Amino acid sequence: MHSIPGRRLIMGLFLIFLLLPIYWLVNMSFKTNSEIVSTMTLWPHTPTLQHYKRIFTDESWYSGYIHSLEYVVLNTIISISVALPAAYAFSRYRFLGDKHLFFWLLSNRMAPAAVYALPFFNLYSAIGLFDTPWAVALAHCIFNVPLAVWILEGFVSGVPREIDETAFLDGYSFPRFFIKILVPLIASGIGVAAFFCFMFSWVELLLARTLTSVSAKPIAAIMTRTVSASGMDWGLLAAAGVLTIIPGALVIWFVRNYIASGFALGRV
Amino acid sequence: MDKTVNQKAWFLVLPVFLVVAFSAVLPLMTVVNYSMQDTFGNNQFFWNGVGWFKELLDPSTDLGGRFLASLGRNLFFSLVILAIEVPLGIVVALSMPRQGWTVAACLVILALPLLIPWNVVGTIWQIFGRPDIGLLGYVLNAAGFDYNYVSNDIDAWVTVIVMDVWHWTSLVALLCYAGLKSIPEAYYQAAQIDGASRWAVFKAIQLPKMNRVLLIAVLLRFMDSFMIYTEPFVVTGGGPGNSTTFVSIELVKIALGQFDLGKAAALSLVYNLIILIVCWIFYTVMTNAGVERKVQAESEPAAEPKPATAIKPVPALKPKEGVA
Repeated sequence: MHSIPGRRLIMGLFLIFLLLPIYWLVNMSFKTNSEIVSTMTLWPHTPTLQHYKRIFTDESWYSGYIHSLEYVVLNTIISISVALPAAYAFSRYRFLGDKHLFFWLLSNRMAPAAVYALPFFNLYSAIGLFDTPWAVALAHCIFNVPLAVWILEGFVSGVPREIDETAFLDGYSFPRFFIKILVPLIASGIGVAAFFCFMFSWVELLLARTLTSVSAKPIAAIMTRTVSASGMDWGLLAAAGVLTIIPGALVIWFVRNYIASGFALGRV
Repeated sequence: MDKTVNQKAWFLVLPVFLVVAFSAVLPLMTVVNYSMQDTFGNNQFFWNGVGWFKELLDPSTDLGGRFLASLGRNLFFSLVILAIEVPLGIVVALSMPRQGWTVAACLVILALPLLIPWNVVGTIWQIFGRPDIGLLGYVLNAAGFDYNYVSNDIDAWVTVIVMDVWHWTSLVALLCYAGLKSIPEAYYQAAQIDGASRWAVFKAIQLPKMNRVLLIAVLLRFMDSFMIYTEPFVVTGGGPGNSTTFVSIELVKIALGQFDLGKAAALSLVYNLIILIVCWIFYTVMTNAGVERKVQAESEPAAEPKPATAIKPVPALKPKEGVA
């Protein structure tokens, strides 16, 4: 009984509201440019795959997807591996400055990317990482590491302290306990944290665009090239957009059973 | 929860500290450095003290006027966003199907907008709203509205707000859904025995249970809408005129467009400070709410619906389901 009357109608309308703009993008990606500009059609009357073909055969296009995935995966790995021990520490121990440190981390999650765009550009140019996936992966750590710590702390706190104590009594060393016992116990939490890191790194553009020029340019930045002298190439833009939605949709499908608890960041 | 004091825990936190310090403190020092100086190019800087900050907070100067105007717009935007997305998110969460494959389907569709790169979100709405090739713009114009987000301030605002509602309401809904899922069935049964109305159930059981996740939702939504950049930039480019130029857009214009490092850095610091303060308020409220809830839970039973007569009962909203 935890739902309300008319819920099917409300849900239906809301889902239509969510899907309609996406449908329009998909619809446009299968149309020829002349059909897009000349007539208003609810579905492609002369369906074409030319835009997709162009993206998959033109290296400057598909390399953008590879670059994006590179830095997203790098960032997720870095974020999770540094956040895990910290989450354990915050969950189990009290230490000098712990609350301040936690707040400081959290405040970095909230820092506007626009503030950091220029200093990051200087910093990563100076250390020679500019235009590499590493620069973007490290830059994205500023908001993903705090988030990962926050989520994982919730999940670690859900593990009873007795388990740690028993393991130590059984003679487990700390690293062995961590890898053999704790990590499997919070596997779903790690999955959720990884999902969030993937998500926020995948959708961010401002830093990714500022820190790359040619050899690590993300797909989202390449999309802006569809403006040319002959006007907008709407079909190509739509096709590129559709292709950026697919990785996200796949990831959601894999974590669909954890979405609900994951969004509560392990603390309901 | 009594945690043991252990200073060695610092070793566990050290990697995080180093990574975040590298990405946060070093760049921030650069910003502080720039904010005190002026440059004529050629890497020649000279000391300007607090000059930029004075200018920034004085509405009569060009910089101050632009900053304060964009700040006002941004605050208004964030408030509108919260006023729409939080209630709508709760309603959507309450409308979730109970079981079966539809639950997974709804969750996946709800989460979909969250996983779309922000500039693609902008692109989607840019196309969707265009009067010539977009469904929304076309239908509105065909219905007799003179809708054009490129030339009309109000249309641009409405488009940006609807876009944000489209993009982020799901986050609030998913958070609330997670909160609702954690309520044991026994609470509802108790409420039914007491004859609580639907509204009473919502007020006395569901809302308190969603308290914490709602705080997270409000915090995240406020922060993210306060630093929104990509989506409105793609759709309206901050225009028409300056009507949808939010703080981040103004900042990027000054920093990367005009390369006015001093001004941009001063703006960054003030911007960051505002966010830090708001963040601190939320953090304190959240931590206190957690403590209060614990105390409350110990002193009184959690499910205590008020008598149904005290609140206007809505007959149609009576619980339909019997004991599960």
